[in-house]
Amino acid sequence: MSILLYLVPVALFLGFLGLVIFIWTLRTNQYEDLEGTAQRILIDDDSSKRND
Amino acid sequence: MEQPNLSKIVRIPGPVSEGYELLTKSHADGSHSLSVLVRGAYCAACIQKIESCIAQQDNVINARLNFSTGKFSVDWNGSASRANNFIRSIEDLGYSVRPYDAVVEKQNLEEEERFLLMCLGVAGFAMGNIMLVSVGLWTTTTETMGIVTRDFLHWISACIALPTILFSGRPFFRSAFSALKAGHTNMDVPISIGITLAGCMSLFETIHHGENAYFDSAVMLIFFLLIGRYFDFRARKNARSAATDLLSNMSGFATVIEDGKLSHVPILQLQQGQTVRISVGEQFPVDGNVVEGISDIDVSLVTGETIPISVSQGMPVYAGTLNLSAPLVIKVEKAAENSLLADIVRLMEKAAQGQARYVRLAERVARLYTPVVHTLAACAFLGWLLVGHIVWQKALMIAVTVLIITCPCALGLAVPIVQVLATGRLMKKGILVKAGDALERLAAIDTIMIDKTGTLTIGKPVLISTCTSDHLQIAASLAACSQHPLSQAIMRSYSGVLLPITHMQEYPGQGLEGLLHGKTIRLGSRAWCGLPDAEHSDQLELWLYVEEEEPVLFYFSDQLRADSAETILQLQKEGLSPILISGDRRSVVERIAAMCSIDHLYFEKSPAEKFAMMQHLRNNGSKVLMVGDGLNDAPTLAGADVSMAPGTAIGMTQNAADIIFMGDRLQPVYEAYMTARLTQKLVKQNFVLAVLYNLIAIPMAVCGIVTPFVAALAMSGSSLVVIANCFRLRLRK
Repeated sequence: MSILLYLVPVALFLGFLGLVIFIWTLRTNQYEDLEGTAQRILIDDDSSKRND
Repeated sequence: MEQPNLSKIVRIPGPVSEGYELLTKSHADGSHSLSVLVRGAYCAACIQKIESCIAQQDNVINARLNFSTGKFSVDWNGSASRANNFIRSIEDLGYSVRPYDAVVEKQNLEEEERFLLMCLGVAGFAMGNIMLVSVGLWTTTTETMGIVTRDFLHWISACIALPTILFSGRPFFRSAFSALKAGHTNMDVPISIGITLAGCMSLFETIHHGENAYFDSAVMLIFFLLIGRYFDFRARKNARSAATDLLSNMSGFATVIEDGKLSHVPILQLQQGQTVRISVGEQFPVDGNVVEGISDIDVSLVTGETIPISVSQGMPVYAGTLNLSAPLVIKVEKAAENSLLADIVRLMEKAAQGQARYVRLAERVARLYTPVVHTLAACAFLGWLLVGHIVWQKALMIAVTVLIITCPCALGLAVPIVQVLATGRLMKKGILVKAGDALERLAAIDTIMIDKTGTLTIGKPVLISTCTSDHLQIAASLAACSQHPLSQAIMRSYSGVLLPITHMQEYPGQGLEGLLHGKTIRLGSRAWCGLPDAEHSDQLELWLYVEEEEPVLFYFSDQLRADSAETILQLQKEGLSPILISGDRRSVVERIAAMCSIDHLYFEKSPAEKFAMMQHLRNNGSKVLMVGDGLNDAPTLAGADVSMAPGTAIGMTQNAADIIFMGDRLQPVYEAYMTARLTQKLVKQNFVLAVLYNLIAIPMAVCGIVTPFVAALAMSGSSLVVIANCFRLRLRK
């Protein structure tokens, strides 16, 4: 059962990482304009590095 | 006669795009920022056009358009007055821009949404991790893993669950607290008590090396309920922001003439007695009297009728109407907050408050549910303690199990999920449901009030009389230079070559005049073409006069939507009674009513009379659906049980309506009604499912034979069944 002492913290850490990422997306307003993001993917960005 | 200046006549400039420097915010580092509302962006190309057009300019730090809300934000270095240049650039691209005053209100909504999402995210994290531990607890007996390991796992659960309950449970605690403070209860009260008791009892058990910890159930309960809460919030968000969008119609600037000088003044600061200049294409900001100039004004915003009326010196004009053909100078009679427009807005707000008293089905269920659950839990506790003679901890644990297992989950999910699915389904058909409970209210209606112009009809006049192609060609050549709806109707029915007409001039309120091969030609009213005494008819008309010839008459009529009659018939078959109500003349309304086989009709009704009529119907117990498009319909739309407006309606009317439909057919009204009925049926089925589940689960919980594992399984199971039932909506064609 001592394996739990390692595995549980590892599992919790991974879960916590997910939570931190979620909080980051929330803080950077990534849920404010869901429709806009869906449309923006269609924009050909001519000034992007692809042309360099 | 003046030299003809075609471009001057044809081009209608937008409203004033100055004064935006007053709305910019200055920052400590010398930069400025501005937020405006951009209307008319529909695709990715629009986003790119607007953003890159501004971002390319010098010293612009950031330019971003929020596609969902239409809010455009720009930050730049340099002078504040550059704001006007930005706005002009966007307007030149063909989008309309409005000041974005209602920022504060919107921010509150955004914060609330973020708060709910944060609670949901934390609860999701906690649930996932507790399950990890709980699976071990459920599948292994204490003899196998030993008390120490079990306590260890319980403590891990406690460490995750207790902070989560405190953090993510806040939406429920707050709502329960405010309900109790106001002296009544809602569904959040048993939820809060259940969660709190479950947390405390589980902690008590853990400390005393007990067996029954309910941490997982408590967190799962919070998570599922928050999902429902979040869906519900999103569905209602648009409805709540309607009032703030109304305010943005009242904001903006007017050109005031003072001692011969022009200055820009925010509309809300206009005073009685001031003189205001209204250019072509500008909306009247206030009610007033014309001091100088003759022009046609588009009053469709106020009366709903599409044909402009002409005004001259001394005549009253109303806020919200549009100046069409020549600049006017008016004297302010009533300041903006007292104008007819503001009156209509106030009437709407009053009406909307009345509507807010509507009690949703879910709340009615909750009212029934709360006392029953509390009584059952109390009975279980007292029963076991007094009759069953067990220790009070165990009795309390059984009471908590009853509270938790009565499954507010299924109840909490029953309505929001069906609504999200139904709304998505309607959206694909071009029907936009704005208010969260609109479908529920729509399913209950028995009467439909329908406006005529723009709702039953397309709202654009169509040429119906026949004439020689030569005459049509001459008329079209003249009409090409005018923005008058009848001129545009002629243009729509003519597709050939235009003749070269010189000395073209538009005379507001009368008609057009020009020279063709040395002959004077005129297009306009009967008086304008020299026939003041010709026989009158009900139809809209336009006369063409060519020098030395008999004047030619063009008839116009507003066409019915292609499927109006059919849709009305379908609705009647479903047992609804349609009522036609219009501000138009009797003969026209009667003709349209006959074409759609509507028996009840009312004509020449003012906005206030329409509103009174709707209230009279409601007071007599009818559930009224109002379908309309003009500003004159707006109060009625806001006050009716439920309302629909076509996508061609003006912004304010769309704001007042619960449901917007696109396209030039009336079928969406029927479509929305049928979907609403189906939705309501599914919601009721879900409640029945939840009740059935409770009938099995509650006796088991009361008897004390439910383990945490069974409670968790049963709770997820009931939620899944309800969700699966909702998805049947997708299967229907």
